[in-house]
Amino acid sequence: MATTDARRTGRPRLLAHFGLILFGLVMIYPLIWTLSSSFKPTQEIFSSPGLWSDNFTAENYADGWTALAHPFHRYILNSLVVVVGSIIGNLLACSLAAYAFARLEFRYKRLWFAIMLGTIMLPIHVVIVPQYILFSQLDWINTYWPLIVPKLLATDAFFVFLMVQFIRGIPRELDEAARIDGCGHTGIFWRIIMPMSLPALATTAIFTFIWTWNDFFSQLIFLTDPDMYTVPVALRTFVDATSQTPWGPVFAMSIVALGPIFGFFLAGQRYLVRGIATTGLK
Amino acid sequence: MEAPVTALGEDATPSTISRVTTGPAPPSPPSLRRRLLDRLPYLSDGKAAYLFLAPWFVGLGLITVGPIAASFYLSFTDYSLLAAPEWVGLDNFTRMASDPRFYKALEVTFLYVFVSVPLQLAFALALALVLDKGLRGLALYRSIYYLPSLLGSSVAVAVLWRQMFGTDGLVNTLLRALGVDDPPGWVSTPAYALGTLIVLNVWTFGSPMVIFLAGLRQIPQMYYEAASIDGAGRARRFFSITLPLLSPIIFFNLVLQLIGSFQTFTQAFIVSGGTGGPADSTLFYTLYLYQRGFGNFDMGYASALAWVLLMIVALLTAANFLASKYWVFYGDD
Repeated sequence: MATTDARRTGRPRLLAHFGLILFGLVMIYPLIWTLSSSFKPTQEIFSSPGLWSDNFTAENYADGWTALAHPFHRYILNSLVVVVGSIIGNLLACSLAAYAFARLEFRYKRLWFAIMLGTIMLPIHVVIVPQYILFSQLDWINTYWPLIVPKLLATDAFFVFLMVQFIRGIPRELDEAARIDGCGHTGIFWRIIMPMSLPALATTAIFTFIWTWNDFFSQLIFLTDPDMYTVPVALRTFVDATSQTPWGPVFAMSIVALGPIFGFFLAGQRYLVRGIATTGLK
Repeated sequence: MEAPVTALGEDATPSTISRVTTGPAPPSPPSLRRRLLDRLPYLSDGKAAYLFLAPWFVGLGLITVGPIAASFYLSFTDYSLLAAPEWVGLDNFTRMASDPRFYKALEVTFLYVFVSVPLQLAFALALALVLDKGLRGLALYRSIYYLPSLLGSSVAVAVLWRQMFGTDGLVNTLLRALGVDDPPGWVSTPAYALGTLIVLNVWTFGSPMVIFLAGLRQIPQMYYEAASIDGAGRARRFFSITLPLLSPIIFFNLVLQLIGSFQTFTQAFIVSGGTGGPADSTLFYTLYLYQRGFGNFDMGYASALAWVLLMIVALLTAANFLASKYWVFYGDD
């Protein structure tokens, strides 16, 4: 940690803390206000910017839960199916590819690696139309396959890169020892690399969770049947109506939608910060 | 979802140990899983690589390269999913040239990117510099500032934004409390709607900030100490040490945020209810592409739009890399 300014006196430090706290409060005020508003009667949301209310109630949650075509837990379950499938896919497929790039020698490895890195930068909009056509011909529209199958095929190249970097840091002596003990590549991968890569796998799992849970664009395109809606697509239908938006219930369901991300943020902060700092993931 | 991985890890370690201590041949007949694992013990690297890369190769072909090629082909066709694509040559591109909404989408997106990305990075750098001073509670501040980055792209926050900047939203309630008589409905006024989305993007400066913080840690303290001994002031140290040594990180953040901001979709879609309104003032490029492709099933035109986007992003990235020669300083130069 930088300590260049250790000689600074107490007053500027106090001022810095004051400024940082104030700015931080401004930053997260909208989030706290949403949380508080989700417990307020709807008319009070509009009348006061304050956080406190004498009429706190859980009614918005009850109303929001049942306001759409299905009860809200239906959308949560739908989202969970997509999220769990995506996590399994990314963990398996990306680590397999990463092992090859990090540990094996093969023809055109540099070229393939460059192509893999190139796909990280590719805007999804360039491939979404043909993907939609492909999946609609497979009759996969309004199923979760278009959202999960690409993950099983390691198309989230970010994570391949992340794991390559991590596996390169695992001592090769471990591979050699396993090899002497009779392990082949599958054995080394499964018994040495995977267990040693737990931090990278955890980072992948956490980011896959957050990204998939938040993803809107592809879920909007591939899921048009309300039965199949995930949380973001369902939330959108609240405000899509041209008439008055029921802000109380909407905020309540927004809090429900943000909750899991917030939970993962608290639980996985260490991995999250390291993951961003080293690779620039969001 | 960590559970299965942990289970494998626990399983793997004892069996590895037992091999070391009792020798390679287990007395009982090997399980199916063990036989599968050890079936290919002496595959050459090359063969094993293709085995491990098989899913990625399939994905590259079917989900990435195939669609890129198909999208290129479709951009020269008229295709609505109902009949076979019909070759129309450059028609989609000439249509684009006389399509006012295409120009509007470009204008909105460029304005958004070139205003919000510099602002976002400036905030990120400023806060990173303050947080790097060795204050207590760094982890807490970092978390608070980072949190919006994590939530910013979600539908829930976009919904919140729509309320906050609405006619009777939080912002106007605050303004009225401060004595402003007749504040406008920010998201419903063409002049201000894009501004609210810029604010939303700047608000998510936490993720470049974390990267800046990591970069600042890499700068050796002795540089600063030496400069102080030579009498360099605060500003001089910042411009002569911090900025040059941080320039690769600034460059990295810049490229990353540019590419990301060009693809903004969710926020614009939710705030405008999918229309890009009011008066197309939030008609982001990707939103227009979505409207053409998945609203009108004008797949050929949408593909042409996608290729123009790809070209713009590629050109900007390349221009950035070229320009970086003049301002990005790598220690080993």
